[in-house]
Amino acid sequence: MFNYTFHWHQALRALPQMLDGALVTLQIALLSMAIGLACAITLTLMRLSGNRLLGGLARSWVEIARNTPALFQIYMAHFGLGSFGIHLSPYTALLAGIAFNNAGYLAENFRGALKAIPDTQTRAGRSLGMSSLQAFRLIVLPQMLRVAFLPMTNQMVWAILMTSLGVTVGMNTDLAGITQELNARSFRTFEFFAIAAVIYYLIAKAVTLAARLIAWRMFRY
Amino acid sequence: MFNTAMTMSDLMFLLKGAGMTLAVTGVSVAAGTVMGILFGVIRVQIGPWWAAPLTFILDIFRSVPLLIQLVLGNAFQSIAKLGWGPFTTSCVILSLYTAAYCTEIVRGAIDAVPPTTRRAARSLGMTWGQDMRHIVAPLATRIALPSWIGLTLGVMKDSSLVLWLGLIELLRASQILVTRLQEPLFILTVCGLIYFLLSFPVARLGGYLEKRWSND
Repeated sequence: MFNYTFHWHQALRALPQMLDGALVTLQIALLSMAIGLACAITLTLMRLSGNRLLGGLARSWVEIARNTPALFQIYMAHFGLGSFGIHLSPYTALLAGIAFNNAGYLAENFRGALKAIPDTQTRAGRSLGMSSLQAFRLIVLPQMLRVAFLPMTNQMVWAILMTSLGVTVGMNTDLAGITQELNARSFRTFEFFAIAAVIYYLIAKAVTLAARLIAWRMFRY
Repeated sequence: MFNTAMTMSDLMFLLKGAGMTLAVTGVSVAAGTVMGILFGVIRVQIGPWWAAPLTFILDIFRSVPLLIQLVLGNAFQSIAKLGWGPFTTSCVILSLYTAAYCTEIVRGAIDAVPPTTRRAARSLGMTWGQDMRHIVAPLATRIALPSWIGLTLGVMKDSSLVLWLGLIELLRASQILVTRLQEPLFILTVCGLIYFLLSFPVARLGGYLEKRWSND
């Protein structure tokens, strides 16, 4: 049909190498999610604090993260910060970019989730003698994380897909980077990238499944 | 930072890149939405079992990174000797990507129309087509529009990835300028500002519509 011979053998021989890359991909995604989550909770606290400066800072972070491309954010971390004398390696730049992006989207999810938690609960906690931070940590936060769990799962899948952008700043140890390097050596573009696509698909599905199991384990009453 | 070597013609170059971003987005969202509505209606109409193959294929477009999809699409078109340029390839892949997300939105919106309302319409003697046009479409549009606006903005942001195929859109244009002028921070800030100005007002509109339309 096509005047082209597929060389799947050659591509499949590189599979162990690509699976190593998949681990790096997963590692970056998990790290970026953890950092993003910590930042998002901080941003939510800043928004709730009532301080106009802190709230404004948090809002600008969220709006910039949500209204510019993830690739732009990674470029900013990799090329832009160089003007301040901060030279990040592709790995760090990628991680910083995705974490920044995650934090913005997660903070927005949390804002939606907070609406589902009545104010009266915080006030009840406060009248029981909790400090406002205690009330947030012990009453609001667990419920917020539960309501926002599904969007968080989606964000995790997004984080995995976004790690592929690292190849544009010269990342060569994650799945996309390794695939690109193999491709540059052999020009078997279709075969290598098809295998990479399958691996990405499987990772995304595995993460979704794992999240569902966690949700089932944690949130059943 | 305040004295820059960037000239007016460089800014025009960036704006031309932004024009390319908008062109790719416009074509992809238009084609993707048409396909998305079609697939969404099909999925609702034939039920989850028969639609499983379609669901699976569309799910692939949502679970594989867009960058990989673009590279694969480009490799495929050269293998199949379709002779597509980068613009066509980018638009085709982005349309399918948009369609995959749009199908979910359409399906969700149609499912959100109360079945009793639809049954009432059918009982009044409306045909399936009339029911779809006069009952489902207006109600489903209200539910779908805010998410659709979000999707459009998402595609606009994701269209920055077509730079990998060599298309000079906004981000690639700024990268070219960075290489020439060696002022990454300033030029990238301008580029980000353009993206922000394109995206933010529309995002606000989406948020407004969501608030406005959800309470009644």
